[in-house]
Amino acid sequence: MQSSASTAGAPAAPVPRLAMHFASLEVQDNAARLGMWLFLTTEILLFAGLFICYGVYRFLFPEAWAASSRSLDLTLGTVNTVVLITSSLTAALAVHYAKTGKNKAVAVQIFLTLLMAIGFLVIKYFEYHHKFEIGTLPGRYYFYEGIQLPGAPMYFTVYFCATALHGLHVVIGMVVLAFAMVRALRKGDFGPNNYTMVELGSMYWHLVDLVWIFLFPLLYLV
Amino acid sequence: MTPSSSIAAPGATPAHEEHHDHHPSYLVDGTTIKSWLLTVDHKRIGLMFLFWVLLFFLVGGIFALLIRLELLTPGPTIMDAMTYNRTFTLHGLVMIFLFMIPAIPAVFGNFMLPLMLGAKDVAFPRLNLLSLYIYLTGAMLALWGMLNGGLDTGWTFYTPYSAHTTTTVAPVLFGAFIIGFSSIVTGINFIVTTHTMRAPGITWFKMPLFVWAIYATSCIQVLATPVIGLLLVLVTVENLFGFGMFDPARGGDPVLFQHLFWFYSHPAVYIMVLPAFGVMSEIVSAFSRKNIFGYRAVAYSSLGIAFVGFFAWGHHMFVSGQSTFAGGLFGVLTMLVGVFTAIKVFNWVGTVYKGAVDFKTPFAYFCGFLFFTVFGGMTGIALGTTSLDIPWHDTYFVVAHFHFIMVGATIMAFLAAIHYWFPKMFGRMYHEGWGLVSAALIILGFNATFIPQFLLGNNGMPRRYYEYPERFQALNVASTAGASLLAFGFVIIAMYLAYALFYGRVAGNNPWRSKGYEWLTESPPPTHNFVGPQPTYPEEPHFYVDPKKAEVPDAV
Amino acid sequence: MSELLNNILFLPEAASTFAERIDLLHHFVVGTTMVMSAGVGLAALFMFFRYRRRLPAQATEYVVPTLKTEFLFVSVPLVFFLAWFGIGFRDFTWVTTPPKDSMDVYVMGKQWMWKFAYPEGPNGVNVLHVPAGRPVRLLITSRDVLHSFYVPAFRIKMDALPGRYTQIWFEATKPGTYQVLCTEYCGLSHSKMLAEVVVLPQEEFDVWMKEQRRGRLQDRQDALADTSLVPPVARMVEQGQVLAGSQGCLKCHSVDGSQHIGPTFLGLYDRVERLQDGQNVRVDEAYITQSMMDPGAHLVAGYQNVMPTYQGKLQGPETAAIVEYIKSLRTPNVREGASEGPAYDAIQ
Repeated sequence: MQSSASTAGAPAAPVPRLAMHFASLEVQDNAARLGMWLFLTTEILLFAGLFICYGVYRFLFPEAWAASSRSLDLTLGTVNTVVLITSSLTAALAVHYAKTGKNKAVAVQIFLTLLMAIGFLVIKYFEYHHKFEIGTLPGRYYFYEGIQLPGAPMYFTVYFCATALHGLHVVIGMVVLAFAMVRALRKGDFGPNNYTMVELGSMYWHLVDLVWIFLFPLLYLV
Repeated sequence: MTPSSSIAAPGATPAHEEHHDHHPSYLVDGTTIKSWLLTVDHKRIGLMFLFWVLLFFLVGGIFALLIRLELLTPGPTIMDAMTYNRTFTLHGLVMIFLFMIPAIPAVFGNFMLPLMLGAKDVAFPRLNLLSLYIYLTGAMLALWGMLNGGLDTGWTFYTPYSAHTTTTVAPVLFGAFIIGFSSIVTGINFIVTTHTMRAPGITWFKMPLFVWAIYATSCIQVLATPVIGLLLVLVTVENLFGFGMFDPARGGDPVLFQHLFWFYSHPAVYIMVLPAFGVMSEIVSAFSRKNIFGYRAVAYSSLGIAFVGFFAWGHHMFVSGQSTFAGGLFGVLTMLVGVFTAIKVFNWVGTVYKGAVDFKTPFAYFCGFLFFTVFGGMTGIALGTTSLDIPWHDTYFVVAHFHFIMVGATIMAFLAAIHYWFPKMFGRMYHEGWGLVSAALIILGFNATFIPQFLLGNNGMPRRYYEYPERFQALNVASTAGASLLAFGFVIIAMYLAYALFYGRVAGNNPWRSKGYEWLTESPPPTHNFVGPQPTYPEEPHFYVDPKKAEVPDAV
Repeated sequence: MSELLNNILFLPEAASTFAERIDLLHHFVVGTTMVMSAGVGLAALFMFFRYRRRLPAQATEYVVPTLKTEFLFVSVPLVFFLAWFGIGFRDFTWVTTPPKDSMDVYVMGKQWMWKFAYPEGPNGVNVLHVPAGRPVRLLITSRDVLHSFYVPAFRIKMDALPGRYTQIWFEATKPGTYQVLCTEYCGLSHSKMLAEVVVLPQEEFDVWMKEQRRGRLQDRQDALADTSLVPPVARMVEQGQVLAGSQGCLKCHSVDGSQHIGPTFLGLYDRVERLQDGQNVRVDEAYITQSMMDPGAHLVAGYQNVMPTYQGKLQGPETAAIVEYIKSLRTPNVREGASEGPAYDAIQ
């Protein structure tokens, strides 16, 4: 129950043994993978709604969009993008080591991924902090004098909704990966026949990364 | 079929008496409360869903009766305007999010899908249980919000009203958001189950049509629910903090909200009605002992409805300020949904051709269902002609139309499914005479309730009206009278089914002599569905041909 | 025939050109629906009886449709549906495309009333006067939440959206009084948001319009006549009131205390406002004048910079008159503290 409940979306935690109702281990892994892909689809559709809002309001307020985008810190955004893409690499490496049964290496790679995720969140914290100070906040909380165009508060509404939702996904992804790491350390039973948990966690992490790859140019490079 | 011939298949064992056997039925395999609450058995989860879903149906039904009572007179009758606005909002929210959407998929889908696929359980049994508890968490949060004041936005919670009303919007919408996760999880589970858990011999085109319908439904659930999830969160945030996403005073666009809302809520109609189509395909085949006329057409039309249903949402917005061209586009696409539904209707009627009809309670509901689907569907097409929607939009005509489809078609199917699968689920039989009487009452009651509402809409009465001009009163009184007939029908059903649950005649394994795959095992089934080796599935699911002369298909 | 069908279907009186067009489609659609449902129903009933079960475990023939049958199942409904759609969409484009010579009326929905305004003419609340036999285009908007303007007898309906205009047109065919209903749920008194359309013959409408205009012109001339002198304050207030209406101030600023796109004029003078930069300012003549000439200079917190400048559009005395008008709206029950941004009318 525990792992299933806490990882929420991740399909049934892969147990090394074959669950009673599956025909074979292969079918069981396929089912887990298919479930994960479907879940990732729903995640993309979740963000799709925000992207539509983004598109509509960018079309309505092109100038405010350009001006507000320039008020973001491009350097921090770029650093964050690099950090997150690199963390995807380590997550992929973790899967590789899991397949070959090197449980220590799995734990190390996931640990690196988690470190970078924390780095991402820390940088995000400083970006948010800056915005709270100068007043580029959503809707009625907006009090920044630098940009007085209609639509600028809307930009920051979209900005905060999108990055906050993405940040939440980063945290969820970290929890999922942390479970895999603990398992690699405690049980150390990942191997050629049992790596689904790492694989699914890493798939989720790639999604988090992918969403950011869309968010970064849309928000920072208008 | 006479009642005494209920023991059908040779070698059938009356399962209920044998619970000391080594394979007790799922109902008695573990009798502690914990064994129910923490079960991962899809059948027990289905039953628990049934319990909750029926409870919420009762709540929503009481709201409905309050609305009908209030509308008896043109002025205030039993409540004030604020209470009335909250009542119709809660009626809509409870019926749609807590009853309709989980009704058939989560109850009968859960119970029957693995049985029909020859599987021992769904692909992710623990997620299945989780889905129940997510649903209950969301439902409790929503109920808490309703008890703490409720909200008065209508179930569509259009902005900017929903962002500014002082009623308790946030907890209820957040509850609905949580319930969305339950819907997504169930959907994923069913899709994966259909893909990976089919028993050897069950190819895609040997799946029962109920499975096809549930599969199509699950696709919609997975693809559409996240969008409403996001939207519910945005409106909650808007209501609590005023971010201005859909607030025109801050540059927001309320029409964008409507687009996002209907992008989910139109497919959601098919989440509610496609499983109903699936149930009816099973029932018409079982009770006329005939293969489905045009099996592939029915299967594909389910997928077709699911697909086209995603692109018809704009027909809710013909008078909302979207462009004339967009109106036309959404209008044409709406017609396609109608065509797919028409294919199904013709094929159901075709199934009866050269069949052997046994007019039992589920089949009585099939008759009602056929009428409601044709009439509700055609009025839907009429609304989709764009110009007729201008006078009808947001009047009682629309209310009557969607009640014909959602209440008429879906509840007919829900009741038919309960009666058809009652012996499968509980191993007991209800009283056939009472079944037919209450079916007649309910079909009559539905018509008496909603046909006056079509006319009210023609006459120009807008929906969500607390008070109305006096010229609308006669039809409102007729509608309320019909609603009381309907309620009476439901009370009878509740009584004889509750009686049958404990004192009903033991039904035997296959009282209907159905060839549906779910009847291959015992009734009620043992915990892991099958005893002994995996059953084989040499025949199609709806195959009633005499094996001696089953050579050449007869084409019409 | 048409009359009879309308009575059976409970359709209200058809009093516009669109109503006559659309009722034909209505009859066609309902007729086909009835015939189709009856056909399906009778076929089903016949077969239920003809093919009733004779043996408990009766075997049946294996019947599958030919391609031709399936083709019929698809094409027959499709042809009907597309025909309906063709007719319907023709009418839909017709009713959403107003003729060039139509008369404009501005319609504004507000919780819970309808306001009507004629260009260069009078305003009305909850009563819309239109001439018979002439196309009227309605330009509809809302001040708070969504509303929908519905006249059953004309078969027209259009949503009122805050922040934008929608349009629809009609041509009333016979004089009379017709009910207007709001069909988009808009809060507590949604069902009381009723109005009426009074259709007058063209001559009577002209007379009515002339009377309304005369009253209005009288006001304006009185006011203008006084600008040559140094007007007493009372006169300036009246003139300011007229100017505030004609210059469009009142489209965004209310005078009854309700919040809209801009701060309300009621009690504005001498009030302390919090600005977007966090500073406070006491509203005096200078601030009001500056806000008219350079609206973005000191925005009150919570409002968008959407007001156009009136530099060059208002003469000195006119500016003064508007200031005096705003000053006259000081009420004893002025709320203390900053205005709280554009909140919509509270419920309850």
